[in-house]
Amino acid sequence: MISIEHVSRRFGDGPDAVVALDDVSIEVPRGSIFGVVGQSGAGKSTLLRTVNALERPDSGRVVVDGVDVTALEGKALLKERHRIGMVFQHFNLVGNRSVVQNVEFALEAVGTPKAQRRSKALEMLDFVGLAHRADDRPGQLSGGQRQRVGIARALASKPDVLLSDEATSALDPETTRSILELIQRLSRELGLTVLLITHEMEVVKRICDAAALMETGRVIEQGSLDELIRTPGSRVAAELFPVGEAHYIPGHRIVDITYRGLSADRPIIAQLTREFGLDVSILGAALETLNGQQAGRTRLAVPGDASVSFKVIDRLTAQGVTAWEVHA
Amino acid sequence: MIDVNSPDFWPKLLEVMLEGTWETIYMTAIAMAITFVVGLPLGIVLVGTEQGRFLEAPAGQRWLGTAINRVLGFVVNLGRSVPFIVLMIALIPVTRWLLGSFIGTGPAIVPLTLVAIPFFVRVVEIAVREVDPGLFEAADSLGASRWLLVKRVLLPQAWPAILLGTATTITSIINFSAMVGVVGGGGLGNVALTYGMQRYSVLHIVFVVIILFVLVQAIQWLLTLAAKRFGAVPTRRGGKKAMTDAQAHLDADVPSTRSTTVPQSPH
Ligand SMILES: Nc1ncnc2c1ncn2[C@@H]1O[C@H](COP(=O)(O)OP(=O)(O)OP(=O)(O)O)[C@@H](O)[C@H]1O
Ligand SMILES: [Mg+2]
Repeated sequence: MISIEHVSRRFGDGPDAVVALDDVSIEVPRGSIFGVVGQSGAGKSTLLRTVNALERPDSGRVVVDGVDVTALEGKALLKERHRIGMVFQHFNLVGNRSVVQNVEFALEAVGTPKAQRRSKALEMLDFVGLAHRADDRPGQLSGGQRQRVGIARALASKPDVLLSDEATSALDPETTRSILELIQRLSRELGLTVLLITHEMEVVKRICDAAALMETGRVIEQGSLDELIRTPGSRVAAELFPVGEAHYIPGHRIVDITYRGLSADRPIIAQLTREFGLDVSILGAALETLNGQQAGRTRLAVPGDASVSFKVIDRLTAQGVTAWEVHA
Repeated sequence: MIDVNSPDFWPKLLEVMLEGTWETIYMTAIAMAITFVVGLPLGIVLVGTEQGRFLEAPAGQRWLGTAINRVLGFVVNLGRSVPFIVLMIALIPVTRWLLGSFIGTGPAIVPLTLVAIPFFVRVVEIAVREVDPGLFEAADSLGASRWLLVKRVLLPQAWPAILLGTATTITSIINFSAMVGVVGGGGLGNVALTYGMQRYSVLHIVFVVIILFVLVQAIQWLLTLAAKRFGAVPTRRGGKKAMTDAQAHLDADVPSTRSTTVPQSPH
């Protein structure tokens, strides 16, 4: 649905040029929720903004539902933007206009006849549970409520794609959860394709089907959460399941295992002990519900040398668990 | 010298004051109306055509935006830097050509408008700059036309500051209109000159001062109220604070304009 193809973007020239995007390629399938994580300045916002052409790449292109967005100008670009909604960290609502007027604005931009605007806007507000606050000013609402208005506005034109730039970063954990639930519900009920950026792993954990990690303008890792969990040494997986730094233990090898679904319930470690006669100990573990499914990571200390840990990893891999040695 | 004890002193004074007040209001109202109609779009375009703003490339042409911005900026700066007296004198032939005469209340409107427009453009400029850039981004993301962006986002947000700035602009038009009176432009300035200075009537001066004071206060009060009505729902970001900020900007801006263009006392 969204394919970002070899997109690069630099700001400024000469020695102080900033390479915000460096040959970034991302594919977001229709109806899925894709999260981009990364530190401040990694280029996440710049990437997101190329999708609705708020930002123009220096090279590469972005194709949304078969349309090359990077090539659009003028009216055609406005039309395309009607198909792509966007929500913002600071909501960006017009403070001197009422909540319903903010949503009506989106409909007016699309060219909805005046007679239908109000009822359609109220319908959208009802959808996000705020129809009763229609005539208030955004300033009278809480942060979470304002973001709901932002979502209603972004979706008023019935777009296929929703872009979210840190939509929950200004909200408390509870409110974050309810906004994420709303986005997930929208994605399911409306078949919306969501590309969101965030610095909170919590967001990825709760709603994303797939994720990419960015660092200084480059995509370091990407894939479905399943794939990422199964990738030995994945940094996204490490952040999803924090078990801390690996420390050297004399006479031991450190092995990390990640698993999802059923394998989480199997007595893997007891089995290892039984089969190899090894005194495997657990150094740390993190269990999470990923997008509704159990998944986790465990760090083991395996006594012996590399040949032992190799055998252990081999055995675990055969059982469908991702395992790899961590070097302290 | 005027005889305060003559029976027709008070009726005459009342008549003179009413006429002067009416002329001042008339000159100021028309000058402000024209200033508003011309200055509002100019101010919006002046800010909008800056690099990276919502009108940087009108009709898709970036060079056009830059050109408009440069020319407008130059003209407005020029207008702001010419002292009012000089402007008034320089405009005499223009006014005569335009209206057939340069003396009287009507012709006085020409220099008044010309001095007020650059000032008001500055007011609009400040008000537009205060609008959160995120709102323009949101409007762009919604695929809004430029006109819609101005009408539904920019103006509603900038409106309170523009109203406050309008009050300040009116005040300075009234100021300038008093000077116009000195060169035969009518209004309360003319009353002060002909009765107060040339015929030494302190009472006339006192009345002129009181009327001007009341006028300015009334306008300030009215427009501040309107601005509050429109934008003072206290918000966590912006709202009241944004309004006082805008007012502070304007207050900071006014003395410099006055001191370069208006002498402290009218003579
Ligand atoms: N318009 C611009 N002009 C100059 N530099 C820019 C511009 N926009 C972004 N940059 C630079 O590009 C880099 C990436 O910025 P970007 O906003 O995409 O980062 P981000 O990952 O979204 O960070 P954050 O998490 O802080 O929002 C930064 O170094 C930033 O300073
Ligand atoms: Mg960002």
